[in-house]
Amino acid sequence: MMTDPGTTPSQTVGPFLSIGMEWLHDPYVVPKGTPGAFWIRGLLVDGAGTPVPDGIVETWQADPQGRFDHPDDPRGAVARTDGFRGFARSMTNAAGEWGVFTVRPGSLPALDGGTEAPHLDVTVMARGMLQRVVTRIYFAGDDRNAADPALSTVDPSRRATLIAQPADDGYRFDIYLQGDSETAFFAV
Amino acid sequence: MTHLILPRYVRDDGVHPPLNSPDYRSSALRYPKKPLQLLPHGLTEITGPALGHQQVGELDNDLTRQHEAEPIGQRIIVQGRVLDSDGRSVPDTLIELWQANAGGRYRHVRDTWPAPLDPNFTGVGRTVTDSEGRFRFVTIKPGAYPWKNHHNAWRPAHIHFSLFGRAFTQRLVTQMYFPEDPLFGQDPIFKSVPDPKGRQRMICQFDLDSTEPEWALTYTWDIVLRGTQATPFEGDDNNDD
Ligand SMILES: [Fe+3]
Repeated sequence: MMTDPGTTPSQTVGPFLSIGMEWLHDPYVVPKGTPGAFWIRGLLVDGAGTPVPDGIVETWQADPQGRFDHPDDPRGAVARTDGFRGFARSMTNAAGEWGVFTVRPGSLPALDGGTEAPHLDVTVMARGMLQRVVTRIYFAGDDRNAADPALSTVDPSRRATLIAQPADDGYRFDIYLQGDSETAFFAV
Repeated sequence: MTHLILPRYVRDDGVHPPLNSPDYRSSALRYPKKPLQLLPHGLTEITGPALGHQQVGELDNDLTRQHEAEPIGQRIIVQGRVLDSDGRSVPDTLIELWQANAGGRYRHVRDTWPAPLDPNFTGVGRTVTDSEGRFRFVTIKPGAYPWKNHHNAWRPAHIHFSLFGRAFTQRLVTQMYFPEDPLFGQDPIFKSVPDPKGRQRMICQFDLDSTEPEWALTYTWDIVLRGTQATPFEGDDNNDD
């Protein structure tokens, strides 16, 4: 039995999330023109295979050196002067498409002494979802994926759902809430 | 080898509504059917963006002063603190808020039910908590509104809140409700929260002491995000396996 820590319960963003959240619609983790930066684009898709037009995708990641501008990082916070934000928010459009403009983060020291492969943490919310779901984006062809502690706990048949594939202007990462290709989601 | 010592955020999965809540019909195609994998809290999870200070304007927390004239409706103050479940305040964190107008209508292209729009009300606000986690909004009390979930379905009056907290683990979007709303009993979104105590935590309290005479009723509402365990995750650097 889990004890109740007394937190405030989650509720859905509802159908009108865009009025409250679109002001911060900003897909740029790094400024336009940043050398080596690329788009990660994808669809958000429901269990009927229909794109979700009233959803939101937010990402959070380390910088290319694997560092954060955050006081709880025991290695120290790295203050930003280069416009790197680590965060992006993309409201899905009428076709269910979202995208973030970013750079590949560095690898990270893991709790067990190992190494986390480069990844983005992803929050997905939408009308019809009573709480967020969380997933991670890894990068195809990155040798470090094999030893990643989180990716290795995912059923091998589903790991591909967490790996962004090369595309014209960066990477492709579709998010399936249900169905045969349901994305692997994490309890965080 | 050095172990990382990181804050570890308490899990509170049981507090939140199940993603699969059949009474809320639009959840049917939008919940993962396969089990979630437990994600240990590493550096990405215990950090998060510090948003708001640059973007939030001084009047963004006053929804009654965004237009030429004041909106129609009962002027209210919504105030409180953002805390974690250990009782620590969460300072300097962004809060976003959106709501329907006094007639229960959102300023959104897809809200088409025949209640009037108010030219003086957008229904959107934001603020950043102060050094003690406090926030304050001035707005008008939103109206209830119908929706098509079931026969004669009405959403209780509510304000949508979005919070970032200090870490990715603390991200929360919720709704604040008003005391003793007669519509609670038929609302599958409110009732999706399994524990009655959890439901109570989404309801603000009328606060006579903070009510401003001859100006505005005040409702107080504390928002509680996940706290961290008091003990570190890993202790001794030299105690390697
Ligand atoms: Fe609503």
